[in-house]
Amino acid sequence: MIGWTLRRLTQSFLVVLLMTLVVFVGLNAIGNPMDILVGEDLNQAERLQAIAHLGLDKPLWEQYLIFLKGAVHGNLGQSFVYHEDAMRLILQRLPATFELAFCALFLAVVIGVPLGMFAGTYPDHPLSRMMMAASIVGFSLPAFWVALMMIMLFSIKLGWLPASGRGETRELFGVQWSWLTLDGLQHLLLPALNLALFKISLVLRLTRAGVREVLPQEFVKFARAKGLSPMRVMCMHVMRNTMIPVVTVLAMELGSTIAYAVVTESIFSWPGAGKLILDSINMLDRPVVVAYLMVVVVIFVVLNLIVDGLYYLLDPRVRVEGSR
Amino acid sequence: MNAASKPVPSHVGLQAQSPWRRVVLEFISSPTAVVGLLVLVLIMLVAVLAPWIVVQNPYDLMQLNVLDARLAPGSANMDSGYTYWLGTDGQGRDLVSAILYGLRISLWVGIGSALIAAVIGTLVGLVSAYVGGWLDALLMRLVDLLLSFPVILMALMILAWLGKGVGNVMLTLILLEWAYYARTARGQALTESRREYVDAARGQGIGPWRIVVGHILPNCLPPLIVIGALQIARAITLEATLSFLGLGVPVTEPSLGLLIANGFQYMLSNEYWISLFPGLALLITIVAINLVGDRLRDVLNPRLLR
Repeated sequence: MIGWTLRRLTQSFLVVLLMTLVVFVGLNAIGNPMDILVGEDLNQAERLQAIAHLGLDKPLWEQYLIFLKGAVHGNLGQSFVYHEDAMRLILQRLPATFELAFCALFLAVVIGVPLGMFAGTYPDHPLSRMMMAASIVGFSLPAFWVALMMIMLFSIKLGWLPASGRGETRELFGVQWSWLTLDGLQHLLLPALNLALFKISLVLRLTRAGVREVLPQEFVKFARAKGLSPMRVMCMHVMRNTMIPVVTVLAMELGSTIAYAVVTESIFSWPGAGKLILDSINMLDRPVVVAYLMVVVVIFVVLNLIVDGLYYLLDPRVRVEGSR
Repeated sequence: MNAASKPVPSHVGLQAQSPWRRVVLEFISSPTAVVGLLVLVLIMLVAVLAPWIVVQNPYDLMQLNVLDARLAPGSANMDSGYTYWLGTDGQGRDLVSAILYGLRISLWVGIGSALIAAVIGTLVGLVSAYVGGWLDALLMRLVDLLLSFPVILMALMILAWLGKGVGNVMLTLILLEWAYYARTARGQALTESRREYVDAARGQGIGPWRIVVGHILPNCLPPLIVIGALQIARAITLEATLSFLGLGVPVTEPSLGLLIANGFQYMLSNEYWISLFPGLALLITIVAINLVGDRLRDVLNPRLLR
């Protein structure tokens, strides 16, 4: 166990280190932020002073080392645009993104699991066939276009739900949340549903496959023979055994949900980290872009590590393979 | 299994036919896939022939009339009386023309990048499998790294670095896609290289390069074709998404994604058609490709065959 943990930790550390190099060098190779940030009216001396102030006059490798040293201390530089700590900016916006991503996963489970269980129990029912066809469309639909259509239908035509912003928020643990107020929940529903569409299809298919695999097994027949109600058999015996792959896949999907929130946030004007990064890319605000990419990379690596760790603990086959 | 009782050709008969004939026969036995293929062919035809079909060149600012901007579907052109069947966008572009030209860009970017990525990825996969050793380990770690992050994140990273443009979007897609082909080609090549016919070829004194290209590669193709079909759909979606976010193609040459983005600002004033119709075109294209790809996967899947 210790050997496995150490090796995985080293691997993860190397991945993060490699990504810092790729992100930093890549972003510095092309595009001069000075052209955008500094007005035409500056003279040459003032220009040079501004460059020196931002540390852009040093050679690239030295900039990278300074960046690395800062990164270890959680300092990824000052935003060129907001004149604030880039890391702080991201962390301020991250709760809104997390809120959106978790709500999307919640919706995916709440909608996808019951539908998947139905489709798995009655595979030939017309409703099940419809669900499977709909899930193919769910995989094909460009999410951003669906978002626009949702806004058009539910916000503009019907006027049921608001289309932008977080609505009223309430503080919990020093952070503002939308899901604690009714108005906030209304604002949350459309973007979360949009972000969840792909996951709903995924969960539906996984659950359906799982149910079809578990249903013919002996312990289900035995539970039925004991005279348990069909509801109890489904909830206690079938569902438990189908949820393992669903939970692992969703844990891994959390990272990509956070990444895809960029699209959803920009459409629904959700003030999360994704909207910030898009604005920052367009304004060539390098430190914020770098800070965002690094934060998401770290989230991703940590998630993978957790999922792998759980697998290691739960599945003995992985241990045998890992020791080779 | 009793072969005589089945209407389909028996296994013996299958082997006698050429494999591609069998693939075609099995493909057309699914009506949905055939419909998908027909729609796809139609879409590609109108996209290629767009300059001869449309009434105006949507990229030629001289042909656009601002007075015709944001007309509802079915409105008539001020000058020539031509009907805008799907309306016009904020710059007075006829949406039919804009969608056909947008399709051209979307298909070009999607198919072009998928093909180039397929060639590069397959080559890397074959070399990796054949050479082995540290090169194999290095290349496959790189593939793992690329595939372990979500595509949209990597695309943002690369486009933040490269900047806008049709060429840059294609380059981004290629950089992201080759890894899928490389992993599949390597896995397939490793399985194939253990088969008897490779030993036989080696025994005949055929050189390693000719064995890889002439013997192993053709047997690796089926899964790569399936991946290619599905990757084209993914590439088109990703291009549309990136263009929608303002990171993809330039505003002077709107692809479908950018047309949808342009329509977004007018949607709040109930001018829905500018976003709706390009989106429908995009959706139909992607569903058609996915239908064809799904059927190809069923037909070409070697696990279902053997």
